[in-house]
Amino acid sequence: MAIEVRIPTILRNYTGGAKSVEGSGDTVAGLIADLEGRYSGLQERLVDDSGLRRFVNVYLNDEDVRFLGGLDAPVKDGDTVTVLPAVAGGGTP
Amino acid sequence: MLTLPGELRAAIIGHARADHPDEACGVIAGPAGSDRPERFIKMTNAERSPTFYRFDSLEQLRVWREMDDRDEEPVVIYHSHTATEAYPSRTDVSYASEPGAHYVLVSTRDPDTAELRSFRIVDGVVTEEEVRDPVDAAPE
Repeated sequence: MAIEVRIPTILRNYTGGAKSVEGSGDTVAGLIADLEGRYSGLQERLVDDSGLRRFVNVYLNDEDVRFLGGLDAPVKDGDTVTVLPAVAGGGTP
Repeated sequence: MLTLPGELRAAIIGHARADHPDEACGVIAGPAGSDRPERFIKMTNAERSPTFYRFDSLEQLRVWREMDDRDEEPVVIYHSHTATEAYPSRTDVSYASEPGAHYVLVSTRDPDTAELRSFRIVDGVVTEEEVRDPVDAAPE
């Protein structure tokens, strides 16, 4: 079973520089846990106590997983999951 | 140093003024590894706020994929501050996630003055840099 996971520049130090890795799982949570086994430290950048980190965007194919159940979103063989850190900021110091 | 053509500088400031009093935001893409900003991409501020900005998540996916297809990268990531100086806030620094980008800040707090400054933000460290128009840097 293979799910392609596209890794943003800022997280490639966890994957030895790879911009794309493969994983398996039935849900986004399972997929992340699977990746953590090979790329230690990655999970903590994606997940916190309340679920997917607020300023990390995770997409399943063309959709934002926030609208598909977040960590519980089902994934299957052949899916592509893309991770992009949110681009955000603000004027109040 | 950021080499920013005059028309792109004007486009950033124009966008910031047009969206004032909300923060404006966007990207200027350029060929990967070139450090040349070329393709101006206005982004929607999904927060629509005078004090916060965030790229709309699906728009960001589309733009990032497009850059990847075109072998480009985000050379400039810009946004405006509507009441404070054109300097990265703590929030700006904590969310800066493209270590190769030039972070351009514009302040629209004064309608008669254009404040545009550029910074590198890497591992939480802010370094201001010069912004130069390539016309001025042309050899003899």
